[in-house]
Amino acid sequence: MMTLNRRIFLGTGAAAAASLSAPMVFAATQGKPHVVVVGGGAGGATAARYIAKDSNGEIAVTLIEPSRAYYTCFFSNLYLGGIKEIDDLGHTYGGLAAGGVNVVHDWATGVDRDAKTLALAGGGSVPYDKLILSPGIDFVEGAVEGWDTMAQNVMPHAYKGGSQTELLKAQMMAMPQGGTFAMVAPPNPYRCPPGPYERVSMVAHYLKANNPTAKIIVADPKGNFSKQSLFQEGWNTHYAGMIDWIGQDFGGGNVSVDPVAMTVTIDGEVTKVDVCNVIPAMKAGHIAEQAGVTTGNWVPVNAADMSTKADADVYVLGDSADQGDMPKSAYSANSQAKVCANAVRGALTGSRVFPAKFSNTCWSLIDTNDGVKVGATYEATDEKIAKVDGFISETGETAELRKATYEESEGWYAGITADMFGA
Amino acid sequence: MRSSHLLCLSLVAFLAAGGSGAAELGDAQKGREVFRQCTACHQVGDGAQNRVGPQLNGLFGRTAGTVDGVKYSESMIRMGNDGLVWTVETLDAYIENPRALVSKTRMSFRGIKDDQERADLMAYLRRYSDNPSNIPEAEPTATGTDHDLDPAILAIQGDPEYGEYLASECKTCHQASGANDGIPGITRWPTDDFVVAMHAYKRKLRPHPVMQMMAGRLNDDEIAALAAYFKDLE
Repeated sequence: MMTLNRRIFLGTGAAAAASLSAPMVFAATQGKPHVVVVGGGAGGATAARYIAKDSNGEIAVTLIEPSRAYYTCFFSNLYLGGIKEIDDLGHTYGGLAAGGVNVVHDWATGVDRDAKTLALAGGGSVPYDKLILSPGIDFVEGAVEGWDTMAQNVMPHAYKGGSQTELLKAQMMAMPQGGTFAMVAPPNPYRCPPGPYERVSMVAHYLKANNPTAKIIVADPKGNFSKQSLFQEGWNTHYAGMIDWIGQDFGGGNVSVDPVAMTVTIDGEVTKVDVCNVIPAMKAGHIAEQAGVTTGNWVPVNAADMSTKADADVYVLGDSADQGDMPKSAYSANSQAKVCANAVRGALTGSRVFPAKFSNTCWSLIDTNDGVKVGATYEATDEKIAKVDGFISETGETAELRKATYEESEGWYAGITADMFGA
Repeated sequence: MRSSHLLCLSLVAFLAAGGSGAAELGDAQKGREVFRQCTACHQVGDGAQNRVGPQLNGLFGRTAGTVDGVKYSESMIRMGNDGLVWTVETLDAYIENPRALVSKTRMSFRGIKDDQERADLMAYLRRYSDNPSNIPEAEPTATGTDHDLDPAILAIQGDPEYGEYLASECKTCHQASGANDGIPGITRWPTDDFVVAMHAYKRKLRPHPVMQMMAGRLNDDEIAALAAYFKDLE
């Protein structure tokens, strides 16, 4: 797959040699409308793929993504729990390249919205007719006292897929018998609402088998969390006495860390820990801020097509968007990408534009074959993406149903990754 | 509509009798006659054995696809895992059109369209369920059992281009390749099967909560559009 990618890249490079003023990526647009997508995750990869696929060559699509291999953040907790291997989470962009997307592995460093160009770290600027930003999340500086990104190799966030996840797993496996795993959970809104609690479950799953006297403490600035009754029921059933969740009412939000001393201070009480997973407060990916489309930490968007309130030619998908009622999840980003792709195609080529429909489902695994889920459907209103209908798994469900739910989540993983990257 | 009235009336009669069992859904004697067409595959009563299909003693209240030793379709097992339990309402829908409830059921039976015949058949089968707790007692189960889709809905010509757009939402989970692991493949289905299945979710006859939600917000034209698109997806 990487070979195909390389061949296309070289091909466009040769065509561009004639024009020194235009970097190699753009010569291939040949007067066609040009869509540039930044970020090859659930939002960006899906949008790029759908626009290229559905426009039948009428629109040139360029995807800017620094990583050559994408490791999904979704299902990374299952890797921590030993249920998935890291390679199960890795995907490459050959399928997109073969599908007509010009995949450029570079960093987007700035947007000139007047000139309608995107600057790349590797040099050059990319002109666009429509720009779709899907940069995921970055962390709010100073959100957790004592922690910054320089400390992430001691106290990993593991909230972007790949090396951070591997680091956290290695630390967890190296814990002494009876040691302590601490998590600093994030405030709302953040990527993957059930994610920290699925992570606690999967860490407990590993420790129960390998380090049964170990403890997990969670300092949480929130008073309650996604699927709380389902998780707490599961923790009592599978991991009794192992997990101490300290919510807002017990000072869980009053927290600082010391990466040198390896301590966590919760509401004045200092605890020496062996692993400390700090998941700080989040904000839109940095490029959104540089594009000047953020208000506060996020990017306000129009629900009908995911265009930003600030600029009708700049769209923002997924975690970075302030869109209304949808949770920040891969499923949501994928759903928003399809609405956006349909609208962008319509705007550039006059193809039919259909009404925006959105949906989301988040599956979480509590223990082997004990899966739960929450989901909803959404529609576009003038004001926001608004929830229409929803459901959640119930406490006390049968083992058969929980197993079927887990198997369904595996089916979803195969489905969404095929949908993002091309099967 | 006539059909649902008939069934409702018999339910009301049952309720009026205080749930003592003195009243029946339909006429069990007639139901015994109706059951003859089932006997090629099903047995019920003393010493009933599994044959091509499961024995039907204790059918009411049983989770679909759970009789040991029966070779069920994957669809039926999936429905059981999703929570399909045989009640008056679900059984009525299944007997009327098996594929509306279980798309790839092994029960190759075209269904009984006559509502009274189904009520009679269920009255007969109910005799062989010791603890028929599913027999309607409360208001929600005693209302509307008008399952059959209006032929006009089945006749709608779907717009495949709209279907392609709508289908992009399905493909987050159901793979375009038709892969069938964890989540069933839905490509290349006969249009009618697709439409009746989606309407069964929309009416919450089929149990899966995600599908009930997804189908619940699609109108008749949108379901037809999806069916038109998926029918030809390679």
